[in-house]
Amino acid sequence: MLSRRIIPCLDVKGGRVVKGVRFRDHRDAGDPVELARFYDEQGADELVFYDITASSDGREIMLDVVHRVAEEVYIPLTVGGGIRSVEDVRTMLNAGADKVSINTAAVQNPGLVRDAAAMFGSQCIVLGMDARRIAPSQIEAPPNEISAIAFDDSTRWEVRTHTGADGGRAAGIDAVKWARYAAELGVGEVVMNSIDADGTKEGYDLDLMRAVADAVSIPVIASGGAGNVEHMTEVVTDGRADAALAASIFHYGEFTIAQAKEHMRTHGVPVRLSTSAGA
Amino acid sequence: MSSNVAAPLIAVVDYGAGNLRSVAKALETVDFRAIVTDKAADLENVDGVVFPGQGIAGPCMVRLRDAGMDSALQDLIARDVPFFGVCLGLQLLFDKTEEGNAQCLGLIPGENVRFAHELTVPHMGWNDVTFTRDHPATTNIPPNYQFYFVHSYYPKPADGDMTLGVTDYGGQFASVVARDKLIATQFHPEKSGRPGLALYRDFFNWAI
Repeated sequence: MLSRRIIPCLDVKGGRVVKGVRFRDHRDAGDPVELARFYDEQGADELVFYDITASSDGREIMLDVVHRVAEEVYIPLTVGGGIRSVEDVRTMLNAGADKVSINTAAVQNPGLVRDAAAMFGSQCIVLGMDARRIAPSQIEAPPNEISAIAFDDSTRWEVRTHTGADGGRAAGIDAVKWARYAAELGVGEVVMNSIDADGTKEGYDLDLMRAVADAVSIPVIASGGAGNVEHMTEVVTDGRADAALAASIFHYGEFTIAQAKEHMRTHGVPVRLSTSAGA
Repeated sequence: MSSNVAAPLIAVVDYGAGNLRSVAKALETVDFRAIVTDKAADLENVDGVVFPGQGIAGPCMVRLRDAGMDSALQDLIARDVPFFGVCLGLQLLFDKTEEGNAQCLGLIPGENVRFAHELTVPHMGWNDVTFTRDHPATTNIPPNYQFYFVHSYYPKPADGDMTLGVTDYGGQFASVVARDKLIATQFHPEKSGRPGLALYRDFFNWAI
């Protein structure tokens, strides 16, 4: 049976892993290659690296990180952050990434994900999305010019971009519609991050995950809010996500991946039990 | 790169399809020498070939034909050169695929069809493979080990005897096929942890 996945996320700045609380107050949680190896041994099903430097000199450092990680671990590697063109996608894939996550640039130019999927295949193009819960009266941005994704009175979560610095910028886009639209353009997976839940450790936004998972037929990776193993089980059952992404609870050793998988397994969720045998 | 010049040399066929570096690195980790090449001539003097791939069938077939790779691969298989297909590299061995209604290499009778059920597509993540017969390549795979899949189409071999492993995703499909010195997996051995590497190692050590 297809396993639900547990995916540690490593935010990388200047070649080092950091994790902010609500995207602020970055602390240094270690060397990306060391952490990748550590999580692989713990039984991580995939790894996600986000480059939060997003400057041109940081790009070279990130390529080197991806290159070195890909030489060390034999599990899938997704890389995101600052991907703006088909050429950026190609460069990351050539450096050793298996999948590339596109976030802000996809909002600015949805044609990018269509072109990238047509060129490299849907299997390696991931939509990264940051969204927050909102009432229609609170929406500040004008509705997006693409009517299929523009918010309306039924909008419950709005997409925000440039979330690295602070709360980010409103995009005038309905999160659920955006996921559906991007899936039609060819993305093969969506990493759905809740800005409200991120850093709180109070659990994923289950309503958001359910809404997105029900709207698309591609896999949904839930992000933001993991504080314990119960939250992770919850999001792949009640939240209907295919995978649970987490950062700080793993980086700071609060829980191990093995503990999260054991909790899932005892609650009837299919998981991959890691093994060091065989080679 | 392995410094062992006596180690068998495995060519990784480059036709613009995905992450080839991981395949080459995986081969080196299990003590083979690996070259990544898009030149048909380079395939003439290697000890084995990995035909990897991710991407879209139609454009990949165009590239293979333009490079003369289609006849080179046909020749390798006719000469019984150890041959390991992966993912799209498995699917392209068949006659055709529903993906863009592309004609494939026609080296194995059968076709590829899209998952038509209500489950999430792509089939992405770790899933079981049940090996249906013994094969030298699979002797070191731990019981109940899962492998990493990412695909929206799956192979339907015309000859059921070629099936070496099956996987259930809204119905059973052939996730591993093997015949003579050819093996091909729908999953990615190079992304499936150490036992995935063992599959490369044990296949080539047996077949070369």
